Amino acid sequence: MSMALDNRQAAGFDSRRLAHVHAPRPPMMRNNALMDLLFRNLTRFFAFFVFSLLGAIVVSLFIGSTLSLKKFGLGFLWSASWDPVKDDFGALVPIAGTIATSAIALVIAIPVSFGIAMFLTELSPVWLRRPLGTAIEMLAAIPSIIYGMWGLFIFAPLFQQYVQPAIQATVGHVPMLGAFFSGPPMGIGMLTAGIILAVMVIPFITAVMRDVFELVPPMLKESAYALGSTTWEVVWRIVLPFTKVGVIGGIMLGLGRALGETMAVTFVIGNAHQLSKSFFAPGNSIASALANEFTEAVGDVYTSALVELGLILFLITTIVLALSKLLLLQLGKREGERT
Amino acid sequence: MAFARILAPLALAASVATSAIAADITGAGATFPYPIYAKWADAYKKSTGTGMNYQSIGSGGGIKQITAKTVDFGASDMPLKPEDLDKGGLTQFPTVIGGDVPVVNLPGVKPGEVHLTGPVLADIYLGKVQKWDDPAIAKLNPNLKLQSQAITVVHRSDGSGTTFIWVNYLSKVSPEWKTKVGEGTSVNWPTGVGGKGNEGVASYVQRISGAIGYVEYAYALQNKMNTASVQNREGEFVQANAEAFRAAAANAEWNKAPGFYLILTDQPGKGAWPISGATFILMHKSQGKPEIAKEVLKFFDWAYGAEGDKLASSLDYVPLPDKVVDQVKASWKSNIKDPSGKSIY
Repeated sequence: MSMALDNRQAAGFDSRRLAHVHAPRPPMMRNNALMDLLFRNLTRFFAFFVFSLLGAIVVSLFIGSTLSLKKFGLGFLWSASWDPVKDDFGALVPIAGTIATSAIALVIAIPVSFGIAMFLTELSPVWLRRPLGTAIEMLAAIPSIIYGMWGLFIFAPLFQQYVQPAIQATVGHVPMLGAFFSGPPMGIGMLTAGIILAVMVIPFITAVMRDVFELVPPMLKESAYALGSTTWEVVWRIVLPFTKVGVIGGIMLGLGRALGETMAVTFVIGNAHQLSKSFFAPGNSIASALANEFTEAVGDVYTSALVELGLILFLITTIVLALSKLLLLQLGKREGERT
Repeated sequence: MAFARILAPLALAASVATSAIAADITGAGATFPYPIYAKWADAYKKSTGTGMNYQSIGSGGGIKQITAKTVDFGASDMPLKPEDLDKGGLTQFPTVIGGDVPVVNLPGVKPGEVHLTGPVLADIYLGKVQKWDDPAIAKLNPNLKLQSQAITVVHRSDGSGTTFIWVNYLSKVSPEWKTKVGEGTSVNWPTGVGGKGNEGVASYVQRISGAIGYVEYAYALQNKMNTASVQNREGEFVQANAEAFRAAAANAEWNKAPGFYLILTDQPGKGAWPISGATFILMHKSQGKPEIAKEVLKFFDWAYGAEGDKLASSLDYVPLPDKVVDQVKASWKSNIKDPSGKSIY
């Protein structure tokens, strides 16, 4: 299958090149050549502008956090202290909160998004695809503060009243596991933040998954069906391998949004600089700590520590992107071994 | 022709705009007094034509802006210590009085029914008193049957003058709070959840059964929140109202506080509300543009007057006692000067 794709790509590439070499140049093109040159340089300028902007952001984050970097060093990363009175700061609680809520969000969002995308492309009657697809895209267009308010005013009370007691009455009694669901049910906390984030990233992951699933050549799928595959087998063996780059890209897009989400998380995470085993306990994420504290941060060290939190969030996002690229490379390599 | 016709009104508008800006004064800082400053500015503009543009960016931002001289005055809910004032060449004075009120979510309990003391509040916020039927609370409320319900502590997640007044009070009444947590516009909370702004704290308290939080007095009043009574220095359990705030301000010894560095928490006096505070204005002592500084002082002089007081009361702020206003005006004379060293006002 992948060989067929490679051949097609190679053929496409060649034909373009041939056209370029052999096409006679009409006289009118002279003028256009100048335009071409201008256009190329303009687009190149834009591309490099974004690049230098990125560099400038990193540099200014470094400059802004110099004081905190000097004072706390690497220990900033694993210190759980956050004491504005004594000017003693550490990033462990917000880092843990950011990663934990994003992880919860992905654990929920990936299977759900996969199911939605699979239904939309393989199982749904054709007339239902458009309205359903539009509805999913509308979810992505809702501003995050609306999700936050919905989470706090509608979801959290229901969660507190019905779901949390139910979880504590069942899973709560299991040794070891129970500790993750201990504490008074408040409706808000890390788990709530993760669930709200999941709802927010589902439309992103779904939209990408659906788009790439639709790119699978019908011939491949039909051949598989003809050989007697079930729908599940077609999706698992044909569609997913063919689209894995896009699927991982979609998941990373969702993860990127979850890591940096600010308003919705601030509403429901509880904004407490405390480390707790329990998913029901309030916590803090990097983005919500910044949103909460930046305006009223008194003192240079405090401000500097907050800027360093921003730098760490930037690094986490970079690492996540790098890891996903690495994962894709690894997948490509394995494929090479197999064929 | 057509071009000129379009340009003429534009030029007119531009000239009007610049002349309006020239006479306007600008300030930035605390969010707590923003409603009254905005209302004063509106009424003042109507009566004098001088506009006042106030940006409520937070006390910390206000201090930064006035230090950088980007505004004519800064505003802060936390007074600067005299040595910090001297360092920045600043002077400060109070404008209106307000304070914090503990609010609770206890089903079946009416506003003001729960009696609490400062030390008990500190123990709750330290995480030592965790249930509503704790003996320490039960002793203060013999007539109330409080259930064995977990106390959920709610505090501010953003830095705030409201927090400063709250933790300043807890530090004064609890040595343990003072050493373990201390005071500031944001602190290292030993327990609880954080809400952003008064509205964030209020919504958490209203949503979580058994919660306790603190909000700014006017906010609690306007939203009819379930408040608790607190014991003051005289041993009385008082409810927060304008009278109680006035009592706290009346007995304060402002004249003994250099730079008006006085926080109105835990003040003596009959009927005084123990968790009171004032909000402050910061100005440079040496004014490069005396005519603008004069406009600023004129504005606050008007605000201290009868009309300003009426507006403040209508928004549930408590005007300063006249005695204190006289001291403030005297401080203007001795502190705020033009480059030649002459008093501006």
